[in-house]
Amino acid sequence: MENEPLLNSLQTGFPEATIAIGSDWPEMSIESTQLLEVIEKLKGSDNWDFNYLFCETCVDWKTHFTMVYHLSSTQFRHSMVLKAKVDREIPQIESVVKFYKTAEMLEREVYDLFGIQFLNHPDLRRLLLTEDWVGYPLRKDYHDPINMIKL
Amino acid sequence: MDVKVSEPSTPFPGTIHETPGGGILLSSLDDVINWARSNSLWPLVFGTSCCAIEMMSVASAKYDFSRFGFEVFRASPRQADVIIISGTIVNKMAPVLKRLFDQMPEPKYVIAMGACATSGGPFFYNTYSVVKGADHVIPVDVYLAGCPPRPEALLHALITLQEKIKSGLTREQIRSKMSEEYGK
Repeated sequence: MENEPLLNSLQTGFPEATIAIGSDWPEMSIESTQLLEVIEKLKGSDNWDFNYLFCETCVDWKTHFTMVYHLSSTQFRHSMVLKAKVDREIPQIESVVKFYKTAEMLEREVYDLFGIQFLNHPDLRRLLLTEDWVGYPLRKDYHDPINMIKL
Repeated sequence: MDVKVSEPSTPFPGTIHETPGGGILLSSLDDVINWARSNSLWPLVFGTSCCAIEMMSVASAKYDFSRFGFEVFRASPRQADVIIISGTIVNKMAPVLKRLFDQMPEPKYVIAMGACATSGGPFFYNTYSVVKGADHVIPVDVYLAGCPPRPEALLHALITLQEKIKSGLTREQIRSKMSEEYGK
C-alpha cells in the first residue's frame, strides 16, 4: 500500500489513535498499555501484514520516553512507525519478543542505554556496556564526571 | 627536525670508495639498520572507523603505499612494525589496543590517524565512551590531523615516520631540537 491508503486504513482500524504522515511513513501514536493488542492486530491482519520489525529504539524527551517501533511488511512493501509513550518515573513497557524475535537484541540495547524495563523479555541484561555499569548513558540527565567533559 | 617530503627512494647511507677489483663501503651500522627499517614497515590490520576506509584506499592501487615500503598489512601483531590507529578508540577497545601494541615486536611505531585518534576529536565533549586521544593508551610517534585525513595526508604521515626513523633520534632529542628551532 502507498502511504495515503495505508494511513486511511490504519485510521479506520484504530479510530482512537493519532496518525499522521511523517517524513517517510505513517506515524501512529498509542498508549503504552495498548502496545501488545495493537501490534497483534498490525501483524495478524491480512491487509497490513507487518511481519518485520526493522528498528526499535527510544527517545528521551526529559519529561517522558517514547518507544519507537519501525514496522514493515515484506509482502506488501509498506512501512509504518509506531510510537508509544513511556512514563519516566516507571519506565516499563511490554516486550514485543513474542511477535518479533529480533526485538530480543533491540530491546536489550534500549534497556542498556535508556533503562527501559521490558516486561516478559526472556533475557533482559546489558548488551553493549559492561555488566557492572551504573546508569543509562543515552538518558539526557546522565552524567559521568570521570569520562565525560560537559560542554 | 625538518619535516620535508623525501624522495621516494632514499640513497643508501654511506660512501663507496672505488678500489681495483671492487669497492669499500663506509657507513655507520645504525644508519644502515635505520635505513632498512624505515623502508620496510609493515602495518597491522587495525581500523576502528571511517579513517580505516582512507587507510585501505592508501593501500590500494591509486595511492599504493607499497611504493614507500609499507607493502602488506599483517593480520598478526607479531609480524607488524607499525600500527596505524585509524579511528575512534572507545574505552572498551583501549585494552585491546594496548594488548596488540604489547604483542608487536620491537622496534614498533604508532601513527595516530585523524582527529579521534589524536584527541577524541568530535567525541571530545559529552561522550561517556571515547578515549580522548590514543596516546592515553600507547605512545604515538606521528599525529595526523583531519576527519578523516586525505590519503595523501596519510602518505605524508608515513613518510614523516620514515624520516623520524632515519634520523635515528629519540622523541626527547627531536623535541629539544624543535624547541631550539622554534623557541619554547
